[in-house]
Amino acid sequence: MTLLDQPAQLPLTKKDFTSDQEVRWCPGCGDYAILSTVQGVMPDLGVARENIVFVSGIGCSSRFPYYMDTYGFHSIHGRAPAIATGISATRPDLKVIVVTGDGDGLSIGGNHLIHALRRNVDLTIILFNNQIYGLTKGQYSPTSELGKITKSTPFGSLDHPFNPVSLALGAEATFVARSLDTEREHLAATVEAATRHRGASFVEVYQNCNIFNDGAFAALKDDPEGNQIRLAHGRPVVFAGGARGVVQDPTGGLRIVEVAEVGEDALLVHDAHRDDPTLAFALSRLAHTPMGPTPVGLFRQVDRPVYGDLVQAQLADATAARGRGDLEVLLAGQDTWVVD
Amino acid sequence: MTAPSVTQPVRKDVRQVGTVTIRFAGDSGDGMQLTGDRFTSVTAKVGNDLATLPDFPAEIRAPAGSLPGVSGFQLHFADHDILTPGDAPEVLVAMNPAALRTNVGDLTPGGLLVVNEDAFTRGNLKKAGYAANPLDDGSLSGYQVVRVPVTTLTLGALEDTELSSKEKHRAKNMFALGLMCWMYSRPTEPTVDWLRVKFRTRPQIAEANVAALAAGFAFGETTELFAHAYEVKPAKLQPGRYRQITGNLALAYGLIAAAHRSGLPLFLGSYPITPASDILHELSKHKNFGVRTFQAEDEIAGIGAALGAAFAGNLAVTTTSGPGVALKGETIGLAVSVELPLVIVNIQRGGPSTGLPTKTEQSDLLQAMFGRNGEAPVPIVAPAHPGDCFNAAVEAARIALTYRTPVMLLSDGYLANGAEPWRLPDLDGLPDLAGAVAFAREPDPDGTYRPFARDADTLARPWAIPGTPGLEHRIGGLEKADGTGAISYDPDNHHRMVELRAAKVAGIARTIPPLAVDDPGDGARLLVLGWGSTYGPIAAAVRRARARGLPVARAHLRHLNPFPANTGEVLRRYDRILVPEMNRGQLRLLLRGEYLVDARGYNHVRGLPFSSAELEQAITDELADLEAAPA
Repeated sequence: MTLLDQPAQLPLTKKDFTSDQEVRWCPGCGDYAILSTVQGVMPDLGVARENIVFVSGIGCSSRFPYYMDTYGFHSIHGRAPAIATGISATRPDLKVIVVTGDGDGLSIGGNHLIHALRRNVDLTIILFNNQIYGLTKGQYSPTSELGKITKSTPFGSLDHPFNPVSLALGAEATFVARSLDTEREHLAATVEAATRHRGASFVEVYQNCNIFNDGAFAALKDDPEGNQIRLAHGRPVVFAGGARGVVQDPTGGLRIVEVAEVGEDALLVHDAHRDDPTLAFALSRLAHTPMGPTPVGLFRQVDRPVYGDLVQAQLADATAARGRGDLEVLLAGQDTWVVD
Repeated sequence: MTAPSVTQPVRKDVRQVGTVTIRFAGDSGDGMQLTGDRFTSVTAKVGNDLATLPDFPAEIRAPAGSLPGVSGFQLHFADHDILTPGDAPEVLVAMNPAALRTNVGDLTPGGLLVVNEDAFTRGNLKKAGYAANPLDDGSLSGYQVVRVPVTTLTLGALEDTELSSKEKHRAKNMFALGLMCWMYSRPTEPTVDWLRVKFRTRPQIAEANVAALAAGFAFGETTELFAHAYEVKPAKLQPGRYRQITGNLALAYGLIAAAHRSGLPLFLGSYPITPASDILHELSKHKNFGVRTFQAEDEIAGIGAALGAAFAGNLAVTTTSGPGVALKGETIGLAVSVELPLVIVNIQRGGPSTGLPTKTEQSDLLQAMFGRNGEAPVPIVAPAHPGDCFNAAVEAARIALTYRTPVMLLSDGYLANGAEPWRLPDLDGLPDLAGAVAFAREPDPDGTYRPFARDADTLARPWAIPGTPGLEHRIGGLEKADGTGAISYDPDNHHRMVELRAAKVAGIARTIPPLAVDDPGDGARLLVLGWGSTYGPIAAAVRRARARGLPVARAHLRHLNPFPANTGEVLRRYDRILVPEMNRGQLRLLLRGEYLVDARGYNHVRGLPFSSAELEQAITDELADLEAAPA
């Protein structure tokens, strides 16, 4: 029986997950909506509060654990996936959730992020992407668009940005999804699916920083019909009320088309559970930055052995084969002699 | 092929000697470390006291025959207790010209030099920078040179085997080992058994090595090159059951023992680095002890995972060397701030930067003390000799668990790879660490939980692990309010928390033994004070000085932070303090700063342990200076 099958002792409510700490994000910050949504999702998981651990790094998003009435660890810049790995690998009974941002998770902590994903550690990583450094007051981030004017790039940023979903797929994450801070239902469903996934789940959340990068996702928020390509497993990839869709070229590349021109049968049918990640990756490349039609939803979800389970299995196998370790025998080794 | 009978009855005259220092030197590919290990193992078996000093290049295989590719292994063994791997070898086995050239300068005058004369080809001589063959030009006339055609004799012994020429060549080291086993009356059977186990899937290789070993032993007995063999009687060590052990192995075992005594699972988060990797290798074998090892993507993730595991209720450890500690610094600071138990093992090596990866040094003491931002005190423990790494690991774990603090364990490359006989510890005599764990289980009577409340005695905070109902709480690197642990920017609170963390670490001094002084009571005015791996050379040097009638006292620090409570009182008893260190005076700086004493240094950073002769000279010089100075 896995943790998620266990009935919680009491029906919990959103309030049970709300800590007594005053929330200190800027008024109007997208983080409030994400916090509220996550607090609202937690009771539905059926996991006791004491078995949930939020781990974060440094940045605006990383204050998140203080506001959740669970176990929490606000660590240092970029290192949350490493710390969470130590928790998850030794305590498979815990539900471990990492909250990070585009600077924390993709810049200083990029290495830990990709390695946690490729190991398939049982973690949910929620990356708040606001395409800016907020806590240090407005420098460009690894997801800022090319040419971005910021305090540290007065003549425009020269750095080609990361697409976080592409990166996670490249690291062979077993669950990769994208949502938006303002799409409450979609976000709740996405976070809940991610936390129910066994293994490493990665959720990119487009999050508005109204102080340093307001309107970064305006294209998707102002025209959800026209610019949010909602992915649904087993369904044709369409948007704009069904008027536009995605087809796959014979070479494998994806293209946005007018459905009327190609016919519905030509549309790509999304397969999130395909073991080969190339289709999910191609979908992630439809929009490198969210300025026009951009896929949101579940890109990929597959099963792969979970790191902590493998660790446990090795311990159990070694103990079954050799018995529980005997310290006295270990210390003596093979060659001893006696001095009288 | 039938297995030859190896040990022939020794017929030649056997002379008794009390102590021998022998060095095997050859190309990195010649298997000198293995030869030294096997010779050490049989020497331990015959009951001698011993100390070893492996000395090898950082390159896995430098060009064959070149000077940088020389690998050496020195072993000192005796019929009495010894403290060092020997200052200078009396016997040098040189497998090629490069090994001769890089090592012969250390050989004592008149010492025995056994060379593989087959390797003294024009090409090898040129690679070693010899214009003429030193075996022929009289330059070695100060030594007893024995020329042995090791290659020819090894190949001859393996004539009938179907191995490739390369494989036959690789058995040369066993010939040399067999010869030295004959010379010092060591049994060969343990090595035969060992070879047959090691090469059990390749019996041909096993038997070829056995044959080469036997040929070397028989050569010693039959050749007229050697007039007699030697014997070193067993040493009278403290009664008990012994094994041979290296520092890194003892350290790994100490961590497992500490986990056992605390009742916690052991978690190691680590990243490979010389000379610490062997601890990771060793611990990864012992999964049936509940040991989890995690080879992380980098040094930072290694300690990060360990700190996460500590939060989750493990005995958490990270192992590394100086460059790795530099990378881990921020996480060590976080561990100081969140007050979780964590053992950080630094197997020091030559620095700065990549420095001398395979050579020893003690130059990370100040890094351990101060290598973090903010006021971030970390307790420091240092083992004194290879077997002591076991005790030091248990002690580091005791402090970490009892005080909920990161602890730095400072070993070094010499201790890590050096071997000595180790008396098996009485497990019941190890500290019971279960009481130090005592996870928090229940909220306070008012239903709240104060994660930064403190134990009145130790000032440790409670350790409530995830999964404990009612104790949900958040920790982090932001300053916390005393008691509640809520984020606090209050000036007075910050000052109080800094003082509390410092007082907690200072208070450890109440549970560590006082600094013991070895003072024969003959009016010594000079105290020689060391820490870490200089223990052996210092103790040996003091012995030598006293044998010459010089009054000198000696003490050794195992705890570097905090110092034992009586340290200042001890230091003030003496007119002069001499602090030998393999650095530029790091302990000396701390002693002067803490106690305002006139500590003098003896400082060398040559990548090698001190010789007892040089420290004896330093003591002599210091005494002369002291005599000349007004009292």
